[in-house]
Formats: sequence, C-alpha cells, structure tokens
Amino acid sequence: MGDPLGMAITHAVASGMGGMRAAGDLVARMQIARGMRIDEAKKYVADKLNVSFRDLTDPIIMNEVRDDLGLGILHPNVRSPKCMEAKFNIARLLDIEINCVNRFKQKASL
Amino acid sequence: MGKIHTRYGDGSPVELEESEVMRDLENGTQDAAERGNIAALSKEEIQHLFDIFSSPYRFVGVEPGKEIVLSYDGTPIKLSRTQVNVDRLQCLQIYEKLLGADTLEMGYLDYSFKPIKSMVTYEQPLMEQILSVTTAPIFYGAMPNLPLYTKPDGPFPNPAELLPQGKIEEAQASYEESVEHAVRDIVFVSSALYECGADAIILDTVGAAGDADYLASLKATEVLKEKYPEMCVELGMAGEFVLGMHGEMTYDGDLLAGMYPHQQVKVAEKSGVTIFGPVVNTNTNESSPWNVSRAITYMKACCEVANIPVHVNMGMGVGAMTVHDHPPLDMASRASKAMVEICRLDGL
Repeated sequence: MGDPLGMAITHAVASGMGGMRAAGDLVARMQIARGMRIDEAKKYVADKLNVSFRDLTDPIIMNEVRDDLGLGILHPNVRSPKCMEAKFNIARLLDIEINCVNRFKQKASL
Repeated sequence: MGKIHTRYGDGSPVELEESEVMRDLENGTQDAAERGNIAALSKEEIQHLFDIFSSPYRFVGVEPGKEIVLSYDGTPIKLSRTQVNVDRLQCLQIYEKLLGADTLEMGYLDYSFKPIKSMVTYEQPLMEQILSVTTAPIFYGAMPNLPLYTKPDGPFPNPAELLPQGKIEEAQASYEESVEHAVRDIVFVSSALYECGADAIILDTVGAAGDADYLASLKATEVLKEKYPEMCVELGMAGEFVLGMHGEMTYDGDLLAGMYPHQQVKVAEKSGVTIFGPVVNTNTNESSPWNVSRAITYMKACCEVANIPVHVNMGMGVGAMTVHDHPPLDMASRASKAMVEICRLDGL
C-alpha cells in the first residue's frame, strides 16, 4: 500500500531499472523465465543486446537499442513493433519462452 | 555535533543527535541478530547506513550499476484507493509507460483467491486484453487468505473461537481442512490465468493467518510447478515470523512455525517458488534508523542463503518503510537505497 508517488515512484527513481524506459522489463524476464539472480540476469541481457552493464539503465542508449531491435519503446512510431509484436522479438532475442507469445502463435496457427 | 532529520516508524518527523542515530542503528541490528539467531551488521555496514541517514539531501538513490528489478502487489488497488477512475487495463499501462515499472501486476479488488474463483472467467479475457497492449511481464496476484475458509465466511469452525475455549485439536483440524481447500482455489485460479497467457503468479501476503496459510501456499506452488514446470511463482510473505497458529505444521519435515526469512526462503525453494518476497515489519515506536538497520539484518541473511531471486517487500509498513499511506520521500528513498546496497538483492 502507500500512494504511488511515495512508494512505486520512489523505488523506481531510487533503485529501479526504469522498466521499458531502459532494460528493466528485459532483466525481469530473465528472473521470471530462468530464475536468474540480478547480476546474472543483467549480464545475460547486456550480452544479448551487446551493451555494457551500465547501459542497461541508460534511457538514451536503451531507447536507441530497443528501437533498433524492435523490443518496444515508450514513444513508438507507426512502424515500431509494439506490445505483442515487441514480445515476439524479445522472446527471440533473449532466447526465452514467453507464455502469451506461445499462446498467440498457437491460436493464430503460426 | 549536528542534528539529523529522520522519522519514526509511523513517519512522524524527529531530529536526532548523531550519537542517537548510531545507537539506534546498532540496537536495530542487534535486535534482529538476537531474534533471528543471525549475524549482526558489520561496523562498515553500520557506518554506510549512518552516511545514508546523515546525507543532507531530501532524496537519495543507489549507485549506478546497483539498480534492481521491481515487482508489485495489488497494483490496481493503489489507484482505486486514490479514487483515480481507470480500469485495470489503463492502470497497468500507466505503471508501464509513466511509472517506470519493470513488471506489472493485475490483481482483483477483492484480492484473495477464494472470491476470484467464482468470477475467474471475467478475469481471463481482461488478462488477455492487457497482455495484448503491454510489453512488460504481467503477474497475476492474490492472497491465500485462509480465514475466508472458516465461519462465518467459510465452511469450517473458526479457530479464533476454538482456541480460547481450549479446543486445540479442533482448531488444528479446521486449519488442516482449510489448507486443502485453499490449495484447490489457488491452483484453480492460477491455472486459469496462466492458461490465458500470464507471465507469472504472485501469492501475496502469505502467512497472514499463520503456518497453515504458509503451508497452503507452498503446497499450491508444488502443484502448479508440477502442472506447469515453466511457470514463475513469486511468493510474498505477510510478516517476518511465521506465526504458529496451528503450531505443528511442517513442510518436507521442517516445522513452519517460528521461521524467519532466511529459513522461509529455503522451504520456498523446495516447493518450487521462483522469486521470494520476504518481509520485516516496521515498529512504529522506534526510529527509522533502528527499523532500517533491523530490516536489513534479516534481509541480508535471507539473501545470503537464497538460490533464487529475492524481491524484498518494501511497501507501507514493511522493509522499514513507514506505516503511513503517504510515505515521506526522504525516508522511503533512504530505506530503498540502504536495502539494495547492503543486501545482495535481486529486486523490491
């Protein structure tokens, strides 16, 4: 509990990875998919994206990287992969199974 | 010697002498070390905490490179409580696009598995829609909430009435039957949400009703991981200490009553939990330095023995966060920085 500024935003600014603004969602996916601890997950994602450890939380660098690789960005343009499309690319790039992507493929007979 | 502006556990402001801050930091870690039979913080760690508390800035953050992943519980409820009228789909978009969330969590307002079971078919299409318009991983969260299985809310006799009458065996039997029903509901709801695409399930506020509540969550995790080996289950605790309301419940031979976080995480691992969320309760009568030092002592011990990611609970009233709906940013940011920098944390 606690209001979003006092709790969610405070932790995001003080300690968080920045979510889609940077690579927070990608590192989180490695904890979810492989149960990786934080350093292992960061290294895995950094290696896959060909960036440094520190770049993972840099919104300038990560926006460009995510845009180039089609991983979803905060301000997408018409041609940008978004949401489910971006998750297809994330699953392929990180070499992980994403539950909703697999179910989408199954339902769409892909 | 200057005064340091800090808080009590309830958030009310206080100015302490430097020596008083140092004394509270030392007393906090000693309290945890004695109760949990774990190592106290080192002099260097206490000094680091002192440096964080004596920082003159209103807001502090971790050193670059030490950032961690954030997961959430009861996310939509936070907006509902502030009477911001958005549906859960928009709520999660707000968290993803505006609040820097690394993960998202879709929970129902009545945040327990039992009431969700009867309307889960309404949750499934919403989960599918949210998955189609978001990118970050989505958890579905709810509480085991064992008291819902006893009278007047459920079928079994109420242990809170039986125990004062000395009917120990009857109370224990009630807890045991509640566990079996809770496991069935947790598995039913979690399966339904996972089968429409959820990335993970959060069992939240586990142990709120004591050892039976914890056992139900461990057993449910075991069943879910057997059914869906790839499923991510995050288990977030309710308190620092598993209350022995039943008193004799075990998991794989380990007595659950009395477990502290560094012991809880080991049984969670055995059951198949993917991410563990330990809790330390905030004492409103003590200062924030005391609470931070105490909470970090427990969490450090937990992180050191864990083989799975640990996301420490740092919501209102836990993890040294103040017990108030509007956490002061000076204190919240100090607790956040201190927890992440001293423990080998994977997330909050």
